[in-house]
Amino acid sequence: MESIVSQALIGVSYGLLLFMLAAGLTLIFSMMGVLNFAHASFYMLGAYVAYQISTWIGFWAALVLAPLALFALGAFVERWGLRRVHKWGHVPELLFTFGLSYIVVEMVQVIWGRAAVPYRVPAELDGPVGWLQSFNVIFPQYRMFMMAVAIAMLVAIWLVLTRTRIGLVIQAALSHPQQVEALGHNVPRVFMLVFGGGSALAGLAGVVGGNAFVTEPAMAGTVGAIVFVVIVVGGMGSLAGAFVAALLIGLLESFGKVSDWSVASGLNALGASVGPGTPGYEVLKLTLSQVAPVLPYLLLVLILIVRPKGLLGTRED
Amino acid sequence: MAPGSVFPPNVGQVAYRPLNFGRWVVWGFTALLFIAMPVFFSKGFALTLMSQMGIMIIFALSYNMLLGQSGMLSFGHAVYSGLGAFFAMHAMNAIDAGTLAWPVSLLPLIGGLAGAFFGVVFGYLTTKKAGTPFAMITLGIGEMVFAASLMFPGFFGGEGGITGDRAAGAPFLGVLGLTFGPAIQVYYLIAAWSFACMVAMFALTHTPLGRIANAVRDNPERAEFIGYNTQRVRWLMLILSSFFAGIAGGLTAINFEIVSAENVHAIRSGGVLLAAFIGGVAFFFGPILGAIVFVIFAVALSEFTKAWQLYLGVFFVLLVMFAPGGLSSLILMNLRVMKFRKFGRLRDPYFGVLVSALALAFGAVMLIELTYHLTLNVGQGDRVRLFGFLFDTTRANAWVFATSVFLAAGAAFEYYRRQFRREWDAVQVEIEDWIRENP
Repeated sequence: MESIVSQALIGVSYGLLLFMLAAGLTLIFSMMGVLNFAHASFYMLGAYVAYQISTWIGFWAALVLAPLALFALGAFVERWGLRRVHKWGHVPELLFTFGLSYIVVEMVQVIWGRAAVPYRVPAELDGPVGWLQSFNVIFPQYRMFMMAVAIAMLVAIWLVLTRTRIGLVIQAALSHPQQVEALGHNVPRVFMLVFGGGSALAGLAGVVGGNAFVTEPAMAGTVGAIVFVVIVVGGMGSLAGAFVAALLIGLLESFGKVSDWSVASGLNALGASVGPGTPGYEVLKLTLSQVAPVLPYLLLVLILIVRPKGLLGTRED
Repeated sequence: MAPGSVFPPNVGQVAYRPLNFGRWVVWGFTALLFIAMPVFFSKGFALTLMSQMGIMIIFALSYNMLLGQSGMLSFGHAVYSGLGAFFAMHAMNAIDAGTLAWPVSLLPLIGGLAGAFFGVVFGYLTTKKAGTPFAMITLGIGEMVFAASLMFPGFFGGEGGITGDRAAGAPFLGVLGLTFGPAIQVYYLIAAWSFACMVAMFALTHTPLGRIANAVRDNPERAEFIGYNTQRVRWLMLILSSFFAGIAGGLTAINFEIVSAENVHAIRSGGVLLAAFIGGVAFFFGPILGAIVFVIFAVALSEFTKAWQLYLGVFFVLLVMFAPGGLSSLILMNLRVMKFRKFGRLRDPYFGVLVSALALAFGAVMLIELTYHLTLNVGQGDRVRLFGFLFDTTRANAWVFATSVFLAAGAAFEYYRRQFRREWDAVQVEIEDWIRENP
């Protein structure tokens, strides 16, 4: 029981981190039609910048400053890169961000080297959560903090999008950009803000995710593909869908990783005698923990067959 | 001929089809180039370079069947070439063990068939969507195959991959005694396959399927209205493209005699995308050019610097920003200017732009290499050899020199770029006006 609770908590915290990434990505996508391939690179950059700042003035300053730096970078990329490419169409826009992801990962290696950097959890949040320990559940405090940040971010996005003037303009520009422009709003600047905001969200995810996991040049690659799976499974452009899908995949990963259940053991438990002589034993003997890396992608394939527009998606294309 | 048409097939129609002389010259010249290259570049390194170019040409052209011809941006094309390579490698080992009677020279065919098979399976899923979702799904499938390849060490050989011996089986055409042991024989095998695939893929662009694929790319709705199932068309193109990718994979297996999970990795998929786009996806010959440039970056440049991916990325981003048609469109635009005899006006601006760009690149490369040396080659001393000179990374003068070259050249480049831009736009407007007035 205790292990189930702690696995569930690990899954939820990982899922919330994925959601922080997916939120920015899906926001940018639904607004500008641009699939930002560099999004995971911004996540990585957020972690590295936070590491650098935390060595100078500490983690709490990094928590604020690194997302701001990523906001500036994202706005710069939109203003001087994407906006120029916009006139060529969506594929060049996508390819621009794809090329950017190459450059970012190399620049990170130029500046911080190829090995992982020692970006650590702040001392205040080191160690397991006290009140959970009394239930025999060992769960790191920092993961709890991560969840709190993600939920705070979720609430903040929701408030900004629904309760503020700029949020209403963003929502309007999402569906009717020409009309919003005709009403006198600077739509390109709104795009710039959205792209910068999305990058800042990725950066924030990097700040809190970088020290929970490992801050290394490969971290963009490991999470990048999963985030795409999240937004396809959730439904392209749907924030709520991304939330559900991110939690689903987070739980799938955390429970899959520790289970040594396999088809062979299941069949044996039912009375069949499956051994090395059985045809297809190579596949049957694989435990769930061995299959875990493939599970999100299998989910993607399954969703495509059963419900092509995603869990909560509305777009058909 | 559509049913119910006025004319019965081949009756009452006289088609005027002159011999397309230019096309024969181009293809003949390409074949000659393939044959003659080893005469000029006979060193071992040049041979491996050319062999890899031959393989990459097939791979990039097969990729362009998706991106350029059918409008499908795939991020998982290495799946088909990689799986083709694995099957070819297992076949090679079976030949070696004597359980399969099949010439090594035809191994790529096995790779191609394996690629096409997986094209049928995965393509059915991926081609359900077009546009951006297609891109993401192919990425997901690519990651899935890569993760799965590490799960089945029996077939994929785990981290180390599987190896083989390409000199297996009876020598090809006993009389000639071709064993494909020596690199030069492998080169000619690759060249022959490369040329054959080029011709086949070019021919495909002229078939009804190739044409309707273009229609599906440009306007899927209209293609559907004239009675075509767009998903079916995309699927068929993907299967054919996977077939050629599988051939490229089979040749990789022969060339390197080792296939590992890296062959299906996303880096490989990204590489072929870069190659095709750098060359230009709008013209058939674009990816050929792109494959050559890409191999030069990935194989030749990586001999000199660890930062080659950075240079490749910057080069790619600059192309996307300023010449999204790739190198082939740049060449054709300039040829058009030459054809209208206006190139003389561009010569001076070109000179300024190119010289300042070279200086800018020199400064940037120097800065990057100095930084790289400082962070990555910590154990190798303070000195670094750049462009034939030794620089000390701990002393300020190298940094000051590099920075000042970078800044000065950057300013000069911006100046000449504007001048060039003005002249170039003016020339283009003149040409387009002329074309409009003399249709």
